[in-house]
Amino acid sequence: MDNILSIVTFIPAVAAGILALFLHGEDAAAQRNAKWVALVATTVTFLVSIGIYTGFDPSNTGFQMVEEGEWLLGLKYKMGVDGISVLFVLLTTFIMPLTILASWQVTDRVKEYMIAFLLLETLMLGVFMALDLVLFYLFFEAGLIPMFLIIGIWGGKDRIYASFKFFLYTFLGSVLMLVAMVAMYADAGTTDIAALMTHQFSSEGFSVLGVYIVGGMQTLMFLAFFASFAVKMPMWPVHTWLPDAHVQAPTAGSVVLAAILLKMGGYGFLRFSLPMFPVGSAVMTDLVLWMSAIAVVYTSLVALVQEDMKKLIAYSSVAHMGFVTMGIFAANQQGIDGAIFQMISHGFISAALFLCVGVIYDRMHTREIDAYGGLVIRMPAYALVFMLFTMANVGLPGTSGFIGEFLTLMGAFQVNTWVTAVAATGVIFSAGYALWLYRRVVFGDLIKESLKAMTDMSSRERLIFAPLIVMTILLGIYPSLVTDVIGQSTAALISNYDTALAAAEAVTQTAASQ
Amino acid sequence: METTILFAPLVGALICGFCWKFIGEKAAMWTATGLLFLACLLSWIVFFTFDGVTQQIEILRWIESGSLSTSWAIRLDRLTAIMLIVVTTVSALVHLFSFGYMDHDPQWREGESYKPRFFAYLSFFTFAMLMLVTADNLVQMFFGWEGVGVASYLLIGFYYRKPSANAAAIKAFVVNRVGDFGFALGIFAIFFLTDSINFSDIFASASDLSQMQLSFLWGEWNAVEVICVLLFIGAMGKSAQLILHTWLPDAMEGPTPVSALIHAATMVTAGVFLVCRMSPLMEFAPGATGFVTALGATTAFFAATVGLVQTDIKRVIAYSTCSQLGYMFVAAGVGMYSAAMFHLFTHAFFKALLFLGAGSVIHAMHHEQEMTEYGGLRKKIPYTFWAMMIGTLAITGVGIPSFIVTLFGTPIGFAGFVSKDAIIESSYAAGASYGFWMLVIAAVFTSFYSWRLIFLTFYGTPRGDKHTHDHAHESPMVMLVPLGVLSLGAVFAGMIWFNSFFGHVDQVGKFYGIPVAEASEHGEAEDHGTDHGDAAHADDAHGDAAHAGDDKHGGKHHYSFVGEPGEGALYIAPDNTVLDDAHAVPKWVKFSPFVAMVLGFVVAYWFYIVNTSLPARLAQNQRPLYLFLKNKWYFDEIYDAIFVKPTLALGRLLWKRGDGNTIDGFLNGVAMGVVPFFTRLAGKAQTGYIFTYAFWMVLGIAALVTWMSIGGGAQ
Repeated sequence: MDNILSIVTFIPAVAAGILALFLHGEDAAAQRNAKWVALVATTVTFLVSIGIYTGFDPSNTGFQMVEEGEWLLGLKYKMGVDGISVLFVLLTTFIMPLTILASWQVTDRVKEYMIAFLLLETLMLGVFMALDLVLFYLFFEAGLIPMFLIIGIWGGKDRIYASFKFFLYTFLGSVLMLVAMVAMYADAGTTDIAALMTHQFSSEGFSVLGVYIVGGMQTLMFLAFFASFAVKMPMWPVHTWLPDAHVQAPTAGSVVLAAILLKMGGYGFLRFSLPMFPVGSAVMTDLVLWMSAIAVVYTSLVALVQEDMKKLIAYSSVAHMGFVTMGIFAANQQGIDGAIFQMISHGFISAALFLCVGVIYDRMHTREIDAYGGLVIRMPAYALVFMLFTMANVGLPGTSGFIGEFLTLMGAFQVNTWVTAVAATGVIFSAGYALWLYRRVVFGDLIKESLKAMTDMSSRERLIFAPLIVMTILLGIYPSLVTDVIGQSTAALISNYDTALAAAEAVTQTAASQ
Repeated sequence: METTILFAPLVGALICGFCWKFIGEKAAMWTATGLLFLACLLSWIVFFTFDGVTQQIEILRWIESGSLSTSWAIRLDRLTAIMLIVVTTVSALVHLFSFGYMDHDPQWREGESYKPRFFAYLSFFTFAMLMLVTADNLVQMFFGWEGVGVASYLLIGFYYRKPSANAAAIKAFVVNRVGDFGFALGIFAIFFLTDSINFSDIFASASDLSQMQLSFLWGEWNAVEVICVLLFIGAMGKSAQLILHTWLPDAMEGPTPVSALIHAATMVTAGVFLVCRMSPLMEFAPGATGFVTALGATTAFFAATVGLVQTDIKRVIAYSTCSQLGYMFVAAGVGMYSAAMFHLFTHAFFKALLFLGAGSVIHAMHHEQEMTEYGGLRKKIPYTFWAMMIGTLAITGVGIPSFIVTLFGTPIGFAGFVSKDAIIESSYAAGASYGFWMLVIAAVFTSFYSWRLIFLTFYGTPRGDKHTHDHAHESPMVMLVPLGVLSLGAVFAGMIWFNSFFGHVDQVGKFYGIPVAEASEHGEAEDHGTDHGDAAHADDAHGDAAHAGDDKHGGKHHYSFVGEPGEGALYIAPDNTVLDDAHAVPKWVKFSPFVAMVLGFVVAYWFYIVNTSLPARLAQNQRPLYLFLKNKWYFDEIYDAIFVKPTLALGRLLWKRGDGNTIDGFLNGVAMGVVPFFTRLAGKAQTGYIFTYAFWMVLGIAALVTWMSIGGGAQ
C-alpha cells in the first residue's frame, strides 16, 4: 500500500460521508446503525494503521511512506511520518474506537454525533501526518470545528460558554501562527515542511520600536507559533479554557480532548519550533522551562481544592503537560524522549480517567465529588480500575506514567536544577490530589441512599478499559516499545538543533569580531 | 532460583487477588502463602550457598533513552542475600499468622470477602520489597521503593470504611513522596555526572565523583555530598526518620500483621538498606554521613521519649521501631554499614515478634488496643506472654557484656543485645559522641517503655471491660507457630551471626566479599588513605586501633579492608577503621548499654509493679512535659499549620483569584468587545447557525491561504 497514510486518514471521513448521505431517521435502528458504522470504521482505521507501525523503520530518521501530489490552487498535498509523529497517529487510531464505544449510550442526534467524531479523527490524523504547511494548518484549524460542536451540542449545562471559550482561545492563538506561516513562506519560498526544516531563518537581532529582539525573525516566529501551541497544550497561564471545556464536554469529547488534541501542541513544538527556529527556541528556553515548572505546581495546587471530578482531572492534565513542555525545551535525549513518552502515556491515562468519571456520571449524573463515597462496596471492579489509573496518574513506577515524568525530569535536571526541583514537587502534590479524590469517591462507608443501587461496570465498560489497562502497564514495564521507535528521530532532531545553534553562534561571533 | 524467589510472591498475589472467585478463598490464600514459603526456603538456600561474588542476572530491558540504559535485573550480593531472608522469612510467617488474625475480623460485615484481598496485598508487597532489595540499578530500586509505598498505602487503608485509616494511608503515601522527591533528584544528579544509574558504574566512579563539583540550586557543592544527602532524604521518608516520621505512628491503622511486616521488619528498613547499598558513595561524603548520624541519633532519642507515654500498644511499638531505625542510621552514618545491617537483621526478628505478639494480644482482647484496658493477661495467654517476653528481652538488650565472658569470641545475649552493643560501640569508636550519648539515653528509654508495655499488659490486675477479659483466649496454632519461629530468631540470630557482621576484619570481609589484606600491607593502605580529606586524623585513629588490635590478638595477623568501591557488597574505605576501633573501646563504653537496660527495667518495675500510682502523679506534676510527649512533640499540629493548611489555602487562592479573576478576567476583558456578539450567536447555536459560522471560518481560512499562495509567492 503506497498510500497507506491517506487511506488511514480518510477512512473515517468516508464513513462520515456514508452516514451523512445514506443514513436517515432518528429511530433506534438508525441510531444503532450509526454507532456500528462509526465503530467499524474506527476499528478498521486502527487495524490498517498497524500497517504503518510495522512498515515503519525506526533507524531511518527522515520522513517515511511519503505521499506527494498536486492539489487545488497550486498547493501541495504531502503526507509522511517520522519517529516523532508515527506514535501519535497510532495513539489517535487506538483511542477513537474506544471513544465510540464509550458513546454507546448517546441518544441525542446520534448520526451527527458520530459524524463529528469521525471527521475529527480524520482531521487529527491529518495534523500528525501533514508535511505541508498549508495542509497542516487546514487540518489543525478545521479540527476545532467538530470539537467545538461536540462540546456545544452534546455538552453539559454551560456548554455554550465552554465551547466558545475553547474556540476563541485556540483560534486566537492560531491566527498568530498563520501570520508566521505567511512570513515563513515569504522567506523560504516553500511550504514544504521537510524543506523548511533545513531552511535557516534569519536569527540576526534587530530593533522594533526601540526594543531589541535577540534572535530576530526566529524569535518572533517562535513566539507566533508558541502562541498557538501553548494554548493548545495548554500551558500556564493560558490553560483556563481546558477545565471548562472538559467539564462541559461529553465523556467521549473529554477523552479525545485530553488524549489527542492536547498532544498537538507538543507535537507542534517538536515539528516546528525546535527544528525550524532553533535560535528562537534557545532564546526562549528559560521562559518556557519556568512556565512549565510553574504550570506543574500551580495547577497541582489548584487541583487539590477542586470539587468537580472532571475539573480536577483537567487540572492534573495541565500539570502533566507541564512535564512535556519542560522535557521538550530541555532539548536533550532524555527530555524529548520523555516528553513524547509522557504525551503517549497521558493519552492512555487521561483517557481512562475521564472514562472512569464517565462510568459513574452515567449512573448518577453528577460530577460533584461530595455526591460520592464508598463506591468500592458496590463496585469493586470499578474501584480496581480507578485505583490503577489513579496510581498511573501519580506516576507510579511500573505504569507508563512514571517513565515520562522520570525522563523529562532527568532531561531537565541537566539543563536547570531549579526548574527540576520545582517541577519535581509536582510528584508530591499529584499524590495528594489524586489519592484525595480517590478516597472521597471510592473509599469510606457507603451511606448515601442514592448510591446504594449503583451497579458495577458492565461488560461494555470493561471492554473499553481493557486495552487502556494493557497499554498503561505494558509501556510501564517495557517502554522500549516507544523509545525504540522514537529514539533515532529524537537523536537526529537534537543533533540538528545543536548544530544549528552552534552555526548561529559562530555567525554571531564572526559578526562581533568584525 | 533468584528469579523464582522474586516472582513467586507476584504470582501468588495475582492468583490470590484475581482467581479466588474461581478456586475459592482458602485455596487462594494457601497458594499465596505456599509460594511465599517456597521463596523463603530458596532464600535461605541462596544465603547459605552464596560465595561472596556479586552476580548480575538480566531479566528484561527497561528504560532506554540515549545514554540512559536500564534493565530489569537482579544484583545478588551479600546485602541482597541478607535482605532476601529477612523479607521472605518475616513475610511467610506473617502470611501464616494472618490466617488466624484476619479470621472473623469484626471490621467487616457478614458475607464480605476481604481475606483474599489482604493476602494478595501482602504478597504484592513482598514482591515490591524483593524488587527493591534485588535491584541492580537505582531506577529499579525506585520501582520497588514506590511499589512498597503503594502496598503500604493499600494495607494501611485496608479498613476502607474507617476515615482514620484512609487518612493515615494518604498521609503515609504523601510523606513518603516527599522523601522520594529527594531520592529522584539524587538519581538525576548521579545520572548527570556519571551517565549511568547502574550500581556497578556508579560505584566505579565513586572516587571521581568525590572530586567533582555540582552546581545544584543556589550553590556549588561537592558532587558526592549532594548526591548522598538527596538519597538520604529518600531514606528518611521510607524509614520514618525525624521530620518525615509522622506517617509511621498513623500507619498503625492497618491490620496488625501489616504493621509487623511492613512497618517494623521490612519496608521501613529500606532506607537503611539504601544507605548501606550506597556505601561506596557514602564513604566519600563525610558531611552527608555526619548528617545521617546526627539525624539518626536524634530520631532514636525523640521516638524513644514519645514511646514513654503512649498507651496504644501498637503505637508504643511503632515509636520503638522509629527509634531503632535511628540506631541503624547512626551505625551507617559512622561507617559501620555492617553493624547497621546486623541490627536491621536482628531487629526484623524481634520487632516482628513484638508486633505479632501484640497482634495476638489484640486478637485475644477482641481488638482492644489500649494498654489501659489490659492487665494481668499473663495467665490467660501464656504462650503469647512468653513470646512477648522474649521480644522484650531482645529489644532491651539483655545479655552479658562481652568483656566479662564470651563464647568462642561471641558475646552471650539476646539478638538485640548483640547488635545494639555493636552500634553503640561503633558510634563511640568513630568519635560521634553526640550519637553515642543519644543512643545510650535512648537505650534507657527503650528498656523503660518495653517493660512498661509488658507490665501494663501482662501483670497487675485486669482493667477495662470485664467481659472482654473473661473471654480473653490464647490464639490458634497458626498464630503461635510464627511467634515461636521468630522467638528463635530473637534469641539466637545475634549470637550466630555475630562474627559475620561484627567480628574481625577478615571475617566481615569474607562475609561481604570485601578483599582484605594482612598487616604488612597496612602501611600501603594508610598511604592510600591520605588521598582523602581527613587523613591525618584517620592515621591517628588507625594507629591506636592497630595497638589495640595487637593487644587483643597477641601475635595474630592483623587485617584491613582494601577493596575498591564496588568490590564486595559494602565499601569500607581504607581509612575507615571503626570496626577495629569498636572492638577496642574502653570497658565502660561496653558496659553502658547494659547499665541503660538495667536502669530502664528498674524504673519501669518501680513505676508499674511497685508503686503503680506514681506514673499518674508524675504526669500530673509534669503536665507540660507529659503533654509535649503525649502529643509527639506536636509535629502533626505544626505540619498541619505550616504545610497542609497553607497549601490548601494557596490552592484556593490560585484557583479563584489566579485562574478566575486574573487570567480569565484579563482575557475576558480583552475579549469584551467580541463576547456580546458571541453570546447573541450562542442563542442560535443549536438551531443550525453554528454551521454557518463554521462555514465562514473555513472560508476565511481558504481566503487567507489563497492570498498567501498567490500574493506571497511573488516576492
